[in-house]
Amino acid sequence: MTKEIRLMKGNEALAEASIRAGLQAYFGYPITPQSEVLEYFAEQAPKRGFTVLQAESEVASINMVFGAAGAGARVMTSSSSPGISLMQEGLSYIAAGELPCLIVNVNRGGPGLGTIQPGQGDYFQSTKGGGHGDYHLIVLAPSSVQEMADFVFEGFKLAEKYRNPVMILTDGALGQMMEKVELPPEGSLPYVRPEWATTGKAATRERNIVTTLFIEPEVMEQVNIKLQKKYTEICEKEVRYETINCEDAEIVLCAYGLSARISQKAMDLAREGGIKAGIFRPITLYPYPYEILNKLAETADHFLDVEMNAGQMIEDVRLGVNGKKPVHFTGRMGGMIPDPEVIYQEIVKIVGKK
Amino acid sequence: MIKGTVKIASEICKGCELCIVACPQDSLQLSREINLRGYRYAELKDDNCTGCINCALVCPDSAITVYRMPKKSK
Amino acid sequence: MEENVLEGLECVYVKPDTLTDKYQHYCPGCGHGVVHKVLMEVIEELGIQDKTIGVAPVGCSVFAYNYMNVDMQEAAHGRASAVATGVKRVLPDKYVYSYQGDGDLAAIGTGETIHTVNRGENILMIFINNGIYGMTGGQMAPTSLPGQVTSTTPYGRDPKKIGYPLKITDLLANLPGAYYVTRQAVHTPNAVRKLKKAIKNSFEYQLLDRGTCFIEVVSNCPSGWKMTPVDTIKYLEEEMLPQYPLGDLKVPQNN
Repeated sequence: MTKEIRLMKGNEALAEASIRAGLQAYFGYPITPQSEVLEYFAEQAPKRGFTVLQAESEVASINMVFGAAGAGARVMTSSSSPGISLMQEGLSYIAAGELPCLIVNVNRGGPGLGTIQPGQGDYFQSTKGGGHGDYHLIVLAPSSVQEMADFVFEGFKLAEKYRNPVMILTDGALGQMMEKVELPPEGSLPYVRPEWATTGKAATRERNIVTTLFIEPEVMEQVNIKLQKKYTEICEKEVRYETINCEDAEIVLCAYGLSARISQKAMDLAREGGIKAGIFRPITLYPYPYEILNKLAETADHFLDVEMNAGQMIEDVRLGVNGKKPVHFTGRMGGMIPDPEVIYQEIVKIVGKK
Repeated sequence: MIKGTVKIASEICKGCELCIVACPQDSLQLSREINLRGYRYAELKDDNCTGCINCALVCPDSAITVYRMPKKSK
Repeated sequence: MEENVLEGLECVYVKPDTLTDKYQHYCPGCGHGVVHKVLMEVIEELGIQDKTIGVAPVGCSVFAYNYMNVDMQEAAHGRASAVATGVKRVLPDKYVYSYQGDGDLAAIGTGETIHTVNRGENILMIFINNGIYGMTGGQMAPTSLPGQVTSTTPYGRDPKKIGYPLKITDLLANLPGAYYVTRQAVHTPNAVRKLKKAIKNSFEYQLLDRGTCFIEVVSNCPSGWKMTPVDTIKYLEEEMLPQYPLGDLKVPQNN
């Protein structure tokens, strides 16, 4: 199969890209607004030779992912906010066991059962740990259907390179929207079954054990030190972001995913209105691009954080800006989407000219 | 001529006595001495062992190896 | 002198190489060691060490991977059968077993247990039922007996308030996905022989791909039951077995 251009829903583009990235197994449970992922896999699996299993719960799904990843397979799951909450224990185990896998969160409005409309309220959960213990997922935030597909490849690459779970944090709008997407050819991501995988103890090697239990605190601390060393390396090497019109910007809009698309419209309105606005869009939410923000704080006068939550990423924006310039916030919650015009008005209020 | 015998890894044995009650010949007993972990351990009392392996089957610590006189072909 | 004693004798029973030499952390007389041993004997006798992946639980046998000389994964509490499902689905030609206690399999992991068997997952599930939480210090298990005194039922388990012993094996035997369901024990040499046969059959059935094999092992917990290992034999026979009678609950149908 060669490169191909198709018009697809975000969720389906992500699923199709996963198959082309050499997915070997998918375990998941239906939840709106991401059920298309499981449905797409269920339809394709017999034709294209991979495992798909509808589990009895998200708890079971994530533990099946643990088992398959421990056996060395290229494996993923997907869900939406309440389901991802159920997976947090498993994610902690997967991070502790250093098992590569891909988790997709098609974020919806919360808390609680919430709403099936898009949200970004899972930022803290995704980037700061979510489950118990000192661990991090690598978190990628697509803002287009194209990136929903591209980040699958990126996600598996990073997961396998660092033996770390990778999360694609997207939202219900990106999952449901249809856009043109260019899909890479099938089999373009090489796969080698890792040596540490539990595949049956050959006579030529010691047995392989996947465990997250280190009962002696001295040993447990060493495991933590090793993990932190890995996270430090990830922070040094894997930070990704996009900046638009930041060179001369007096105000920088900070937003990821869908908010970044909306902020782009607000930026255009501002520029039309004579305000030099720019966009800072983190692509990796962990590791977070603090350095570039700090650099931008030398030239820009204001930062406006735009999110579909009560203000979560703003804490990282503040850490990046580090007090050099004021950081403001505007956003909507509970499944509501910010209006570019309202963001523009906020920009006007902050910069103080029309 | 003895019919069978056992070798008991005295440092592995935890003195649970399950082998002693499983022995149909009443051949086993607990030692007077204790091992490095502080347990009295199972030992042969009489050499009337038949090598039936009952003791080894119920031993949770796999501490017992059993030997038996090969059956003579008639 | 020792050599003289052994002269002319043949070795008829020795610890299998598939069991590591690591000193086991289990309390004196604990049934886990017996199940570990016969399980590893079967793997050695079938010559499938290089084709077998085990999944350990949370509970006393959380360290099973220290003793079983096969590739192993240590699962989250209750999720061993989900982890085993993940392994088997990506390695369908390998032998996969899960090993869980009663709290793990029949309390926190009940959902995974039922659905794994309901899917007829082609694995062996081993379920150690000693009617108590051993690792956390002797609390009530879903399988604890009516009236049984534990640290969380200090006045005895009152079924009206806290439920009845959960006979999960009986439930599972009703599921079409189950291929072979049996209840065995470890308290006598003959029980151990039968258990070993059941385990051996179960591994052989995995080649047929007909469904889940499920073995409950009625076991003991001298520390949790607060009695000597020898006394646990009597308690197991007189108290446990009437609630959990031994034998096959579902035998393979030839078809």
